[in-house]
Amino acid sequence: MIKKVLMGMIGLAVLVLALFLVIAWESSIDPVDAPVSDQFSQEQIDRGRVLAGLGNCQTCHTTNPDQPYAGGLAMPTPFGTIYSTNITPDPETGIGRWSEEAFARAMREGVDRSGSHLFPAFPYTHFTKMTDGDVADLYAFVMTRDPIQAEAPENTLQFPFNIRMLQAGWKLLFFDEGRYQADTSQSEEWNRGAYIAEGLGHCSACHSPRNQFGAEDESRSWEGTVVNGWYAPALNASNRAPVDWTTDESYAYLRGGGSAFHGIAAGSMADVVHAGLAKAPDGDIRGLAVWLGDLSGAGDPLQANRQAAMAIENAQARLKPAKIMDQGQRIFAYACASCHYNDPSSPQATRPDMSLNSAVVAPDPVNLVRVTLHGVSQEEGLPRIMMPGFADALSDQEIASLLTFLRKTHTDQPPWDNLEQTIRDHRQ
Amino acid sequence: MATEFELNGQAVTVDIEGDTPLLWALRDDLDLTGTKYGCGIGMCGACTVLVNGRATRSCITPVESVANASITTIEGLDPEGEHPLQKAWVKTQTPQCGYCQSGQIMQAAAMLKDFPDPTDEQISQVMGGNLCRCMAYVRIREAIKLAAREMNGAATDTASVAGGVSHE
Repeated sequence: MIKKVLMGMIGLAVLVLALFLVIAWESSIDPVDAPVSDQFSQEQIDRGRVLAGLGNCQTCHTTNPDQPYAGGLAMPTPFGTIYSTNITPDPETGIGRWSEEAFARAMREGVDRSGSHLFPAFPYTHFTKMTDGDVADLYAFVMTRDPIQAEAPENTLQFPFNIRMLQAGWKLLFFDEGRYQADTSQSEEWNRGAYIAEGLGHCSACHSPRNQFGAEDESRSWEGTVVNGWYAPALNASNRAPVDWTTDESYAYLRGGGSAFHGIAAGSMADVVHAGLAKAPDGDIRGLAVWLGDLSGAGDPLQANRQAAMAIENAQARLKPAKIMDQGQRIFAYACASCHYNDPSSPQATRPDMSLNSAVVAPDPVNLVRVTLHGVSQEEGLPRIMMPGFADALSDQEIASLLTFLRKTHTDQPPWDNLEQTIRDHRQ
Repeated sequence: MATEFELNGQAVTVDIEGDTPLLWALRDDLDLTGTKYGCGIGMCGACTVLVNGRATRSCITPVESVANASITTIEGLDPEGEHPLQKAWVKTQTPQCGYCQSGQIMQAAAMLKDFPDPTDEQISQVMGGNLCRCMAYVRIREAIKLAAREMNGAATDTASVAGGVSHE
């Protein structure tokens, strides 16, 4: 009897395995000779360049700025480290022998030319929404880059996560293949923004928390999370900013790198704005801003002005009676206020106000810690506006008292946990 | 490591370690000693210069971080040393020992771009990080207001400049 049950179970397991192999198996697509550049029109390549910017391909697929798109960037995940691949048309180490069909399958189904499943660190889960035309244009752009011979380092994923075939199971659970479906109740501008944000732009890849399998947690979409040591803020109504992310402010931020009512794009978001979105026309940025305003439930610009004035006034009122300043307030007065003070009626983007700043209201202090320690380079945020870091000037304890002071007096948010530890962790 | 930037309108190159503070590049390598060393940790304002027009503490600013930037020091604020702030500083006899004054003037110059007609509150907040051991704060405030009046007057009505200087 036991033997029969056992045999039955083994038989069932074999059957399930066979079924899984059928699902998981993907055919290889024949290699082709690297496309010659005159097979694409200049217009198509130019459109592809904009798309590559919207997709921010360069940030993950570049380690050395002199070798764009040659891959090799380490992406730490809870399962091990994944290295981005070389997407230049080098026939040996890049994708030079990929036909357009193979490229399209990788983008939309997460399967490489040889038939191996790609890991979702490559956001094919979003690229699947791209139109045929956009995939073709992006292919034209990628295939006309300088081929660079560069082998990406081997991934160091732990067993069993390193088995690519298992990704087929992940896809069954978490991947919906399919093109973007326009929402006809929304404007054309909104749909343009949604198409970019949910598809090529893959915004939620950073701005949504992930579940224990590394998939975006749909029950917490757009709620913000820490990715690669930066906090990617919530983009929906759970964002705690004192001022609404109106269409105008979103546009200012995504186009110029900073908003007077929210602060500047630092860290990886600086790349998104200045290396990626910078290539896109105004209409695309406007579309993103319209879509973002809707997602976050923003009010009108007049209301935003009032919210900003009130937030600054509240913070300044809290400070007024202090005849004896505590340590954090003293450091702020000496080291910060010369740049970070504003009139409530007219906050300036070049003087990011701490009572409006995304990093100060964020649930995680990491962005504020990193900027305080290491500053803001001329290439981040608003062009040519830099802030020196205080890593060599202030101790962990002093920075903690400064940030505690800011959190307490400039926001209505609870104190951060583990502030000093976060500061220590990010000193490097 | 060589770093290029623009200093008071001239292209310059310094071949020093990239993490050297801009202050020492200016004083030791480019021989402009008007910018002073005070605390070395961005807490006193004596080393303030303009980086792309914004007041910046040069003692905590690595020279590599200002590559290709435009730097203005007290020596370059005005080619003749006749910036309205410099004139107002003389007129009000603001400095005592003088050590912090170039930093004070550079910070004030940047402030007047953001707050062309500053209130006492704005001056207190923005200038609060520029310390003066001689306690010349009352005269610093007076000089800033005098310079602001000249700058605002000069933009609209040059005749009012003389009228604005009423406390000699």
